[in-house]
Amino acid sequence: MTTVIDTIGATSQARTTAKGGGPPSRPEKSGDGAPLYKKREPIYPKLVHGRWRAIKWAMLIATLGVYYILPWLRWNRGPSAPSQAVLVDFTHARFYFFFIQLWPQEIYYFTGLLVVAALALFLVTALFGRLWCGYACPQTVWTDLYIVVERLFEGDRNARMRLDAAPWSVDKAWRKGGKHAVWIVIAAMTGGAWVFYFHDAPTLMRQLFAGTAPMTAYISAAALTFTTYALAGGMREQVCTYMCPWPRIQGAMLDDHSLQVTYRVDRGEPRGAHKKDTSWEGRGDCVDCKQCVVACPMGIDIRDGSQLECINCALCIDACDDIMDKVGRPRGLIAFDTDAAVLAREAGLKPRHQFVRSRTLYYSVTLTLVSGLMLYGLVTRSPVALDVIRDRNPTFVRLSDGEIRNGYTLKLMNRSNDAATYRIGISGLAGARLKAVGVAASGGALNVTLDPDGQRALQVFVTAPLAEDQLQSTPATFTIASPAGVAEKKTVFLSGDEGR
Amino acid sequence: MSAPREKDEHSGVETTGHEWDGIKELDNPLPRWWLWIFYACIAYAIGYWVLMPAWPGLHGYTHGLLHNSARATVAKDLKDLAAQRGAAGARLKSASLEQIEADPKLQSYALSVGQSIFGDNCATCHGQGGTGGKGYPNLRDDVWLWGGKLEDIEHTIRVGVRSGDPNARFSQMPAFGRDGMLPAAQVDDLTEYVTALSHRKADAAAVARAAPIFRDQCSACHGADGKGNQAFGAPNLTDADWLYGSGRAAIHDQIWNGHGGVMPAWGHRFDDATIKALAVYIHVKSGGGQ
Repeated sequence: MTTVIDTIGATSQARTTAKGGGPPSRPEKSGDGAPLYKKREPIYPKLVHGRWRAIKWAMLIATLGVYYILPWLRWNRGPSAPSQAVLVDFTHARFYFFFIQLWPQEIYYFTGLLVVAALALFLVTALFGRLWCGYACPQTVWTDLYIVVERLFEGDRNARMRLDAAPWSVDKAWRKGGKHAVWIVIAAMTGGAWVFYFHDAPTLMRQLFAGTAPMTAYISAAALTFTTYALAGGMREQVCTYMCPWPRIQGAMLDDHSLQVTYRVDRGEPRGAHKKDTSWEGRGDCVDCKQCVVACPMGIDIRDGSQLECINCALCIDACDDIMDKVGRPRGLIAFDTDAAVLAREAGLKPRHQFVRSRTLYYSVTLTLVSGLMLYGLVTRSPVALDVIRDRNPTFVRLSDGEIRNGYTLKLMNRSNDAATYRIGISGLAGARLKAVGVAASGGALNVTLDPDGQRALQVFVTAPLAEDQLQSTPATFTIASPAGVAEKKTVFLSGDEGR
Repeated sequence: MSAPREKDEHSGVETTGHEWDGIKELDNPLPRWWLWIFYACIAYAIGYWVLMPAWPGLHGYTHGLLHNSARATVAKDLKDLAAQRGAAGARLKSASLEQIEADPKLQSYALSVGQSIFGDNCATCHGQGGTGGKGYPNLRDDVWLWGGKLEDIEHTIRVGVRSGDPNARFSQMPAFGRDGMLPAAQVDDLTEYVTALSHRKADAAAVARAAPIFRDQCSACHGADGKGNQAFGAPNLTDADWLYGSGRAAIHDQIWNGHGGVMPAWGHRFDDATIKALAVYIHVKSGGGQ
């Protein structure tokens, strides 16, 4: 957990919130009689220009672009599989991602993907702070988009504040109405795009408008439309502060050497208004213009130190740099910096950035390990899969000549997009013969043809002559083989005294 | 009640005047929430009487405005089920038993149908796993009293065994001992003979004595070599499978008493498609009959 930087010469705005200790805006009077609900205080973030804002615009376009375009990309898999590049096909229980095609039994790849995503998030956060929150999280992206619309209809910060304070008029009504109308259209497009990931997009698009789409599509789209409108339009920073668990977890990832949006308290204090052409001697660079505060979409003052609400979007850096240029001081009073660097400069030392730390090392190693494992799994993934379910009733049958027969249900899976013929055999059992009713046998093995991307459950009988001293449970292995690959499954062959 | 009621000093609540061993019953009102739920139940009950079948009469009952009927719902569900099975059900009806077995999809469908029918009707005697028990044939092995081909199995299901159906499979093992057809000593000798037939150690002298008795009394059905005959449902006495047990006591008991089980004729109860599915199920699960 990072240290909280005490603001030197604190102003009346100084906050006494402890880091990570719940929402700092909790009512003073906690406990008896304090309301559980805190009314939202509206925040009017001011538009800034600069490097970080430009990156944020780029990320907005890139992430939204991916979200809207991805389901429309095509990928040829032959006639037996859908041609949508990214598709979660619940109806046929398949997941398609470009060249990857997964069955429900391979759910562990999704687990692995989630683990990789979590570790990547840990690593990035430990190195550079909450970049995910500031630039890539859907909540941030859609809120940013909604603020663009808001600014289009109601103007920038001051105009919006005036409009909200003004009594109702025709002008106010159409501005507010127009904003909400566009918001709802964006929300509907967001919800509408979501369902395309679960059905063939062009078909579903026609169905959606013709009113013939599945009810689940309409319900999902409506639910996401509602959440987009409510979360990006109305709740905004409250989602991050109160609903999201990540701000609470981040404390465990950050340390003194993590880069974060930082107010360089060593350079800024003591702060205060500065008259033109007067000396900068004996005072800090912060002119207390509050531009960092008005630019903040979370409604906080970065000069209070790193805090729970800060999403690391760096818009305050752009705002401050602009002011520093105007007053003729060097940029970077607020910058991506570490707590350790600030402390070093305060002590008159040269700050050192330490990217290789035990924490980042652990994260990198586990990330490489899990990604490597996933990659190995995907590369060596067999298009042939086999499950063996032993018949439990009866466990075995004694035939009229004294031989023992066991029944098994074999689930054969052909995960390729071509039809394939499999040769089923059993090993480890002397003199064993395979039989399945309705299936051709040759040389002690069975030959079964499966459809492309198909599966079949086959009742297979294994008959073996057992010597008197044979164990009651004999290990055996089923093998299925085709030119595309081989799959094996261990099982046991049971016998006993029953029926003798 | 004119007299003012007594109030409990401690709680200030009126008492009912009832007293047991100095303990007085307080007259607390019913909890408000309870009362409201009670009223709501009354309102619900009245609504239920009007809408749903409720009151019995002398000739029938009140049907209710919604005309709800559990029987009609079941009938509709069954009809829907038949419609849902549609094509596969129709194919089951039109295809031959061999065709059903050779087509993977149709076989799989027949197995599902067969399994549920078997579980509901056959498992009572033959067991859920089809392995039977003493007196109830094992349907999972390669021994078939009345034939293990698809057609044989289908016919047995349809007409039953000693079922009273005019076409039923019928055979009668005589009770040689109980009915006094053979003296006890000869039944003992026959027991040794049958034991020897299935390749087990037996008293050689008794076997020799029994050989002519077996030829005269048993070989007509079981064959001169004791291998049985599926045409009469006569079991093979030389293999390892015994319907009424393999020990000497069990063999002696069977010769003495001549047990014979009964299987109902299912042709009267099931339609063709169901019987076909059942025959395929039993045939496949037995590893292809014999």
